[in-house]
Amino acid sequence: MSLEALLVVAAAIFGVGIYGALSQQSFVMIMMGLELMLNATILAVAAFWWGSTGGNPEGQLLVIVVMTAMAIEAAIGFALVANVYRARKADITEKLKRLRN
Amino acid sequence: MSGGWPTDVLFWAFSAMAVISAILVFVTDSMVRAAYWLMASFVAVGAILVTLNAQFLGLILILMMAGEMTIMAIFMVMFMMNPAGLNPMLMVHQHRTAILSGVGSFLALATVGLFAEFPDRPAAIVGPAIVPLGQELLGTSMLVFESAGVALLAVMIGAIALVSHRGRYGDAEQGSEEPPLEVETSQ
Repeated sequence: MSLEALLVVAAAIFGVGIYGALSQQSFVMIMMGLELMLNATILAVAAFWWGSTGGNPEGQLLVIVVMTAMAIEAAIGFALVANVYRARKADITEKLKRLRN
Repeated sequence: MSGGWPTDVLFWAFSAMAVISAILVFVTDSMVRAAYWLMASFVAVGAILVTLNAQFLGLILILMMAGEMTIMAIFMVMFMMNPAGLNPMLMVHQHRTAILSGVGSFLALATVGLFAEFPDRPAAIVGPAIVPLGQELLGTSMLVFESAGVALLAVMIGAIALVSHRGRYGDAEQGSEEPPLEVETSQ
């Protein structure tokens, strides 16, 4: 286990997340891609914390901030999906031709 | 936990699990299974965090994601046309571009991770990091912790406002257009 190996694993998860966020049609699957990218971010930040500061607790706060961003993304995403479905009966991106109304 | 071959074996096993289940999220036909594969990826990353001596972060990541993926699976059943995966399904657009972007970003980030010159560990890890983290969270860094809490509260209120049945301008089914201004007729 080394910093390089951790960063390569994080890069692999991030690449899968990019693929999912760009390719999927369903809104919730796009959110899964975003969550995978944040997952990779958490892993990379924790790897840098482990490989550099040697147990200094301030470094872990950045991971907590990323986790908060993840929870916020999920909550707002679910709210928007519910709202779009109610207004347009759309569950995939192809059904939305315009954002207004 | 600073080495030894059991840690390495655990690390590679959890890394393989994280990456493979991340790929399976977008390969499986069933959207409910996709949600649980995503959860498996998060569990593996949480386990890696535990082996990195960030036990608290790893465990709250697993706890948080267990709840969130359950909600996501419920959303799949509610909104998607084929949540059980009884039919083969490939709901993608711009597939080639997406694959190229994913592979390209992996190669670019892995190159940075492998070839960048990172400084060596400046300080030795001393003991479990949970007690110092707790004292940090409720001590000098309380502002960060409290800001995260206030942000989550604001998001809860905002999400409820977004999905509430009756919006500011009337029923949600009627869209969100403003009503026309009432113009007073001059006599």
